[in-house]
Amino acid sequence: MKDRFNLYRFASPATFYPLAGALIPYFAAVSVVFGLAGLWLGMLVAPTDFQQGEGYRIIFIHVPASWMSMFIYLVMAFWAAIGLAFNTRLSGMMAQALAPTGALMAFLSLWTGALWGKPMWGAWWVWDARLTSELILLFLYIGYMALTAAIDDARRADKAGGLLLLVGVVNIPIIYFSVKWWNTLHQGSSVNLAKSSMATTMLWGMLLMAMCFWMYSIAVAFMRVRTIMLERERHTDWVKALLAGGEK
Amino acid sequence: MIHWNSFSDFIAMGGYGFYVWGSFGVTVLIMTIEPIMVARNRKTTIARLKRQLRPENRNSAE
Repeated sequence: MKDRFNLYRFASPATFYPLAGALIPYFAAVSVVFGLAGLWLGMLVAPTDFQQGEGYRIIFIHVPASWMSMFIYLVMAFWAAIGLAFNTRLSGMMAQALAPTGALMAFLSLWTGALWGKPMWGAWWVWDARLTSELILLFLYIGYMALTAAIDDARRADKAGGLLLLVGVVNIPIIYFSVKWWNTLHQGSSVNLAKSSMATTMLWGMLLMAMCFWMYSIAVAFMRVRTIMLERERHTDWVKALLAGGEK
Repeated sequence: MIHWNSFSDFIAMGGYGFYVWGSFGVTVLIMTIEPIMVARNRKTTIARLKRQLRPENRNSAE
């Protein structure tokens, strides 16, 4: 019961607001450290790929961005489910704070994919399952943001947006398994727990970059959720006290 | 330890420079601009909320 008590405590915006604020600098710093280490390994140390020459180095942002675009959506869908089931205030704010970052990750995945596809396949874009389902993911993010922005009442916006998120979650396994389920130009996954097809420095470079993107996303989402909290809870005593106390 | 022989080798990326730097450039740009925009939005939101909280604005707020 003690654990549950703590969980509920941090589900309250008044408690989460200062906690998130205190954690942001750490997530940002760790993100920079992982990013520099990943870039050093990936761009300066890792060897040339025997098939793709130096062009393969796009992998160091393409894969982390693609992973984050799917993972952030799953986290948003998780918050949507919690919000719809328990009617908690924090869940909708969390989903809204994550959406723009998720959309940017989906965009980066498509952008770097196009720049990788052109020299390797000879085409910026093909309508194959992997690329199309990732494009749908970008549209889901944009649709969620447009839908919640169009509804004035925050609670109703959360409910409508949450439903959209839960329906759209079916797209995530389609993206993930598309390279197995359908014939595609897109290469299979490079990381495999049993036998990885990558050199060690390549693998580590990619994992470090993935950690960098992960920490970055948390830092930015925390920054955004704090603003959303102030906005939505502006009638509560804790926000009034913060603003009167000169919150910057 | 370092894979490249010269800086121009590094920039050329074995002929893939345009694609590699096009990818990394846009990524760095986005990951720089997004936090700046979030921070700016926070500042304007706080300023607006403070204005609304002032007694003379109490009735006209919202």
